[in-house]
Amino acid sequence: MIVAIASGKGGTGKTTVATSLALSLAASQPAPLFLDCDVEAPNAHLFLHPEFEEQRQVGLLVPEVDESICTFCGKCAEICQYHAIAVLGRKTLVFPQLCHGCGSCSNLCPEKAIRETPIRMGVIERGTAPSGIRFARGVLDVGQPMAVPIIRELKAWVHPEPGQHMFIDCSPGASCPVVAAIRGADYLLLVTEPTPFGLHDLRLAAHIAGELDLPAGVIINRDKGSYPDLETFCRSRRLPILLRIPFERAIAEGIARGKPLVDIQRDYRQYFKTAFDRIQDTE
Amino acid sequence: MKIILTVVKPEFESPIDSRFGRGAYFLVVEIESGQWETHPNPGVNASGGAGIQAAQFVTSQHAEAALSGGFGPNAFEALKAAGVSMYLYGDCRTAAEAIERFKAGTLERVEAPQRGQGREGRRGLK
Repeated sequence: MIVAIASGKGGTGKTTVATSLALSLAASQPAPLFLDCDVEAPNAHLFLHPEFEEQRQVGLLVPEVDESICTFCGKCAEICQYHAIAVLGRKTLVFPQLCHGCGSCSNLCPEKAIRETPIRMGVIERGTAPSGIRFARGVLDVGQPMAVPIIRELKAWVHPEPGQHMFIDCSPGASCPVVAAIRGADYLLLVTEPTPFGLHDLRLAAHIAGELDLPAGVIINRDKGSYPDLETFCRSRRLPILLRIPFERAIAEGIARGKPLVDIQRDYRQYFKTAFDRIQDTE
Repeated sequence: MKIILTVVKPEFESPIDSRFGRGAYFLVVEIESGQWETHPNPGVNASGGAGIQAAQFVTSQHAEAALSGGFGPNAFEALKAAGVSMYLYGDCRTAAEAIERFKAGTLERVEAPQRGQGREGRRGLK
């Protein structure tokens, strides 16, 4: 089963939940596969300590214009919805930072004046953690603006074996990188906190589950009693609350020292297993 | 000589719009004849590359100079490549005032892009 862990709001505890969920099931055969798809700031390795065995570079094909052939007809600029290529009088300029590598410009150039050359965007890596968990992640190079190509490459490179559970740690937000990370999952696990900000972004993330027609459930982190708006929202959207992690100093201190939640309070192994049983029952 | 200004309203007497790529309207003025026309900015709601789009509009109008409150890195590069000179509004408040100061040669000419606009300041849908 493939479970994607998302939240909308950042800092709600996606990685805390994802790593502890995977560790709770580390003894299953085959051991789970963990994908850190938060390629702008991957941090699950801090809790799972994998050793990377393989690495690949990820590139994007961006256009290069041969101005000795270019007639400055402007077709490339017209088709590019990202405005990554512009024809200005007798000059054709490329803005690689805006390019999505779709290839429309080079395909449509009537003079065949556009060649595509790769630029490096980041790397994908895979290996194994001491717990036996198989681990893979993408890392976007500093200064590169686009996460989606890295996430796509990572997911094309790493697949679960038959019977192997896969957990995908998504980035915060509710835009393209999150959708790219969730796509293909069987279940969307939403981590939230009982604050207006948490709820606002939970709505957005839950909306993605609706758009992708995915079953979803909620884990409330830093729970400190009642926040009726959140409970009402979950009930109205039929989102089961699978677990509540209380707002406790001991947990915060443990996480800050790089300890997974299931090692800070060992009871959580069972709690996460129970939550996972409920997730599997949804299927 | 044709020049282009970014303005808030489609009028000659409009207040200036200090944003180049995201300005509401373009005011195109023929300096010698005083003829003018306005065009809505097609890139005002673009998810990205608004400055580049605006620069393409300027060159499509065969304007020789662009007047605005600032030019981001992409717009600067595009206008420079097209040979369009760029000027800053400074403390001008209306388009008419900026045109007078342009004619008098007292507007500051831009030699480097301004920070905080264009791609580097943006973090949204990708």
